[in-house]
Amino acid sequence: MANGTSTSHYPAAPSAQVIESHTLCVLVDNEPGVLARVIGLFSGRGYNIDSLTVSETEHQKHLSRITIVTRGTPMVIEQIKNQLERLVPIHRVIDMTVSGPAIQRELAMVKVRGKGDDRVEALRLADAFRARVIDAGTESFVFEITGASDKIESFIALMLPIGLVEVSRTGIVAIQRGPDGM
Amino acid sequence: MTTKKAGASAPGREMTGAEMVIEALAEQGVEHIFGYPGGAVLPIYDALFQQSNRLQHVLVRHEQGAVHAAEGYARSTGKVGCVLVTSGPGATNAVTGLTDALCDSIPIVCITGQVPTHLIGNDAFQECDTVGITRPCTKYNYLVKNIADLPGVLHEAFHIAKSGRPGPVVVDIPKDIQFAKGIYSRPKENAHKGYKPKIKGDLDRIKAAIEMMQHAKRPLFYTGGGIINSGPEASKLLRELVKITGFPITSTLMGLGAFPASDPKWLGMLGMHGTWEANWAMHDCDLMVCIGARFDDRITGRLDAFAPHSRKIHVDIDPSSINKNVKVDLPIIGDCAHVLEDMVKLWRAGTVKPDKKALADWWTQIEKWRARKSLAYKSSKEVIKPQYAIQRLFELTKDREVYVTTEVGQHQMWAAQFFHFDQPNRWMTSGGLGTMGYGLPAAVGVQLAHPNALVVDIAGEASVQMTMQEMSTAVQYHLPIKIFILNNQYMGMVRQWQELLHGGRYSESYSHSLPDFVKLAEAYQAVGIRCDKPGELDAAIKEMINVKKPVIFDCVVDQSENCFPMIPSGRAHNEMLLGDAAESIDEAITEEGKVMV
Repeated sequence: MANGTSTSHYPAAPSAQVIESHTLCVLVDNEPGVLARVIGLFSGRGYNIDSLTVSETEHQKHLSRITIVTRGTPMVIEQIKNQLERLVPIHRVIDMTVSGPAIQRELAMVKVRGKGDDRVEALRLADAFRARVIDAGTESFVFEITGASDKIESFIALMLPIGLVEVSRTGIVAIQRGPDGM
Repeated sequence: MTTKKAGASAPGREMTGAEMVIEALAEQGVEHIFGYPGGAVLPIYDALFQQSNRLQHVLVRHEQGAVHAAEGYARSTGKVGCVLVTSGPGATNAVTGLTDALCDSIPIVCITGQVPTHLIGNDAFQECDTVGITRPCTKYNYLVKNIADLPGVLHEAFHIAKSGRPGPVVVDIPKDIQFAKGIYSRPKENAHKGYKPKIKGDLDRIKAAIEMMQHAKRPLFYTGGGIINSGPEASKLLRELVKITGFPITSTLMGLGAFPASDPKWLGMLGMHGTWEANWAMHDCDLMVCIGARFDDRITGRLDAFAPHSRKIHVDIDPSSINKNVKVDLPIIGDCAHVLEDMVKLWRAGTVKPDKKALADWWTQIEKWRARKSLAYKSSKEVIKPQYAIQRLFELTKDREVYVTTEVGQHQMWAAQFFHFDQPNRWMTSGGLGTMGYGLPAAVGVQLAHPNALVVDIAGEASVQMTMQEMSTAVQYHLPIKIFILNNQYMGMVRQWQELLHGGRYSESYSHSLPDFVKLAEAYQAVGIRCDKPGELDAAIKEMINVKKPVIFDCVVDQSENCFPMIPSGRAHNEMLLGDAAESIDEAITEEGKVMV
């Protein structure tokens, strides 16, 4: 801000504020263009998307569930939620980071190339991480691993020196613990 | 879209898509539609031709003009404004108007033609991705690919445009869908079940608001366009609430007229070019009651010095307006009229009383600020001062039913400062987007809705040339709009900022090669009047009012006059500049302020 010292009780300028990561679950009418509306809102207003996952979850009602991981100050996170909620095809927005205990999972397919001891080591580590072999050849494996993002990151980091070829990840999906739905 | 969209509906009649458009518009009570024909919309124009006077089409000269005219129509009537344009350039030309309507929350339904469905995506002639282009500048938009969806979509478009926080809605209809036959009936329910704007405010919060108001020592109402959008009832209730509480009231540019400017409780407009008393009251208040305004940057100035000692109540229908720029203490989500009604009821119940003694002190302070007469300017006998021109225009028209539109710039701010409104829906200006060229077509729309009223576009010579072609529309439909140009031969606000920020280097802000506006009016078969002497101004304005045709009034004014008071950007409300401080203006804006514009 411009000259002078602040005598205000307002929060300081956004740059001085804590940046938080939040996971939002968004229930939308599954209609053409709905994803464009959501991501257009993020790009148009300068919000971040760290992860985005979409699929129709209730076929009868044509409802899709979008899971977005985003970053921002508490004021920006509140804005994102409010801006999303005012889009016409959006039914509900739940902030999984504040709405109580939630589970977050991601699935990754990890391709590793190697021979001899490297193959043995890859299989041993996969077993420790409960990753499944979904494709095997004489020189490669494809592992399927599910879990929280940091677990997947650790697994990928261990595969790197063995002979990591490529990774395909779904992005995060989230659901609340307990008997109630969103 | 799929067929699941239509709700349970009564047995209907078979008709073409084009006929459905006319039918749905008529059922929605639309009487006038502003548009321009073209290839992809010809079937609807054919249906218009064949209908029996249920709708009057107004042929504009540019699609931007169509949307602004519909905006003027909507803002002066409270109804939804309707637009019909073709695909490709028709749709892209409408984008400025749609964005303007989104920024100012104006209900518009814009029907666009589209190339036939089998050509979409093939770069066909006059094809553009209308829903893609208009997605960020509409409240909602549709591409109708199935004739069965069309009736539901058309009716829902009106519902979405006018409910909640109003806004523009685009319905893009491919040409084959306009020809296709289907069953028309008005659906009983809307397809989007998730769209439910909250109308009633939370009663506990309203009670908490009353509690805060009761104990306030230096309270202030800060109101905006939300009151106007909420309807005339909201303005009535606002007047009632101000009367009961005795609080002072100020308003944004968008909210002018919701509260009578002739009332002593009125402090004038606030913000960048607001009055001394309104801005000081904002800065020093201990309770700010914001109703239907959105803490826009033209209002708040420097955020960390904005009303530093105040608690804030914010009433808004749009939850995303809450805590967007300024953190508030008590948000109330709801329609202004409903919340005001509850507030008035609680005050009337008689158990709460404002702090009369504290209020008396507060008013004493406010009167001191008011005595500063911040709108004062140096009068002249040689040259017409722009402020004087608007004062005279106001004095000579105030006893009539008068509607004012504006373009954007200095003249707009002077109009807001010197033309006073006692009723809502009389003032149409481009606030959020700041669209030069808004006023003339908006005046066309206003005059169409109010054929016997006096409709004046207070204009600048630069802005008005952006949509000047709509004079032809005004002449064609015998709409006697008055284009009152404050001609200072500069893009005045640009020049003012160049004076403040860029060392008086007037880069490209001089209005070169101006047309002779009198001859231009005559070329349009309208009437041209020029006045450049203060002594002749009254007679010239009277002549303008009495002409029953469109008039272009070339009011030649002082070229160097600047618009004051002014909060330089990057400064706080109590750091306002006044007119007689103009000489020291170079030092007024800091380096940081320069980037804020």
